[in-house]
Amino acid sequence: MLKTLYDKLWDSHVVRMEDDGTALIYIDRHLVHEVTSPQAYEGLRLAQRRPWRADSIVATADHNTPTTDWDKGIEDPVSKLQVDTLDQNIKEYGAKAYFPFLDSRQGIVHVIGPEQGATLPGMTVVCGDSHTSTHGALGCLAHGIGTSEVEHVLASQCLVQKKMKNMLVRVEGRLDAGVSAKDVALALIGKIGTAGGTGYAIEFAGPAIESLSVEGRMTLCNMAIEAGARAGMIAVDQITIDYLKGRTFAPTGDLWDRAVSYWRTLRSDPDAVFDLVVTLDGSALIPQVTWGTSPEMVLDVNGRVPDPDQEKDAEKREGIERALKYMGLEPNTRITDIRIDKVFIGSCTNSRIEDLRTAAKVVAGKRVASNVRLAMVVPGSGLVKAQAEQEGLDKIFVAAGFEWRQPGCSMCLAMNNDRLESGERCASTSNRNFEGRQGAGGRTHLVSPAMAASAAIEGAFVDVRSIMSE
Amino acid sequence: MEKFAVYEGLVAPLDRANVDTDAIIPKQFLKSIKRSGFGVNLFDAWRFLDVGQPGVPFKKRQPNPDFILNDARYQGASILLGRKNFGCGSSREHAPWALTDYGFKAVIAPSFGEIFFNNSLKNGLLPIVLSETEVDTLFHDVFGFPGFKLTVDLENQRVATMDGQKSFNFDIDPFRKHCLLNGLDDIGLTLQHVDEIKQFEAQHQLNQPWLFS
Repeated sequence: MLKTLYDKLWDSHVVRMEDDGTALIYIDRHLVHEVTSPQAYEGLRLAQRRPWRADSIVATADHNTPTTDWDKGIEDPVSKLQVDTLDQNIKEYGAKAYFPFLDSRQGIVHVIGPEQGATLPGMTVVCGDSHTSTHGALGCLAHGIGTSEVEHVLASQCLVQKKMKNMLVRVEGRLDAGVSAKDVALALIGKIGTAGGTGYAIEFAGPAIESLSVEGRMTLCNMAIEAGARAGMIAVDQITIDYLKGRTFAPTGDLWDRAVSYWRTLRSDPDAVFDLVVTLDGSALIPQVTWGTSPEMVLDVNGRVPDPDQEKDAEKREGIERALKYMGLEPNTRITDIRIDKVFIGSCTNSRIEDLRTAAKVVAGKRVASNVRLAMVVPGSGLVKAQAEQEGLDKIFVAAGFEWRQPGCSMCLAMNNDRLESGERCASTSNRNFEGRQGAGGRTHLVSPAMAASAAIEGAFVDVRSIMSE
Repeated sequence: MEKFAVYEGLVAPLDRANVDTDAIIPKQFLKSIKRSGFGVNLFDAWRFLDVGQPGVPFKKRQPNPDFILNDARYQGASILLGRKNFGCGSSREHAPWALTDYGFKAVIAPSFGEIFFNNSLKNGLLPIVLSETEVDTLFHDVFGFPGFKLTVDLENQRVATMDGQKSFNFDIDPFRKHCLLNGLDDIGLTLQHVDEIKQFEAQHQLNQPWLFS
């Protein structure tokens, strides 16, 4: 039978299946962070259970950690308790690897997993975090789970699941210079909506995807959840294999060779049937900017904010009106007339070395506009930060007026001190523009790293391609 | 987990699509290491005029009179009526914890964010999918009739008005239904299959030894 990549990953992890399709799925890699794990460990403790396989666990503290003044530790006592609780749980129950606060390899869990070679093709990967879909870029089945499921995986190494449907998103053509995986993700969500992928595992394929780096693929898979799909994935190819070779937890020697020959089978069979196929023309894509409070409220950079009077559907009209009010925008405003107060380059979507290189290239030799109160770069991990510093990117950012911070989730969700004040408008490379996401009353516009960098320089959104050609 | 049987409750309408888990329970309240106490901050940014911080007592807060749950007529509501894609966004289980802690037993909507949907089922909060038309009807009724209540009958997979005039059937995964009706926790059930898991694991290790090195 012809199989999709998802079919193959699913089939190779079914421990048992009930008649109604409810299955027990074996989990290979369990990523753990401080926010969604304390109640799971507590549950384990109360039931007097132990982790089934501690060496499947890779853990880090990322959501609560500060991005400045690391010498002062974590000042917020509530945040500190959560991070300390993770320290204690890992100490008590063990892990394959733990990158605690202050470790030089600490960082956003979805950045460090692939970076360490701790997420590999063919694996099932879970984490109590919806952006676990990121790891599917390596040809694995990766999705977010809730805290009860975190406990379930700790206790049994398995998850109770029903198989999702298969969706293929084919991106034809070539992306223009200045158009990135982030723009593909936003354009897709604009097309199918934030619930368009609900119930599906999405495989991204097509020439535009094949030519993306693994880091770009991670950006795309990261945002599968914003399209409603818990899992996004991309077939293994030479780019995947080259990315993994030599990473800390990647296999070596004979095992590497065996692994690679297996990994090369991790692609959908030609003519495998998908329940739904969506096609995008990559060549026609231009940089995207969200204008509203849902990732599906997105426009081409040369677009205008919608006018609710033009919307016939009452529910949609109300949604537009509510979003315009929250975002402080008038109907028909040009995207390029929207001026910003802050810029955030970071998050599990866009904080890897290539993202920082792209942004640095845009800002090199320029200055952050005077109306921008704060422009910050938060590398995805300690290793990304060190690499960027070795390449001198930090100096480029600082010379342009950016703050160069310590790694973590930071202002993507503002659990630490990095946040928007009420009414502040931000060009952000993160993944969610929900009300209050980056701080109560804060206004988020999701963009690519190149677009965030160019917005910082211009003080307003601008088509980065026009700056690049200067 | 508490058993879910036939349940009657006052309905509160939340008439907006794409209610995300950041809205259900904002990030500043995720720092707790407990499972309880999230109800006072349910929908915090919508429910209160002041910006919520952990540990601030309820009586010091300024309720937003325009938010539906602050309307006197919906006090004590235990069934939440929502629009499409309810619970989209993050995987935080704090969202169903906040809803149940507040007092909700069921959420009715045309569709749900998938992770939220699963998380709810594991916490005795019943997410009920009805069609857009059925949900429209219910919104009409709840706005039209103060004190509007519904009966949720999980066994028979039916939501009905108290006078029995209107009733709507809903689907639920049989396994999930069984767990809810009997208050069963997944882990105990899964661990009945320890031998199969071990057997699978041994074979998996033979097939892909690099996953175990």
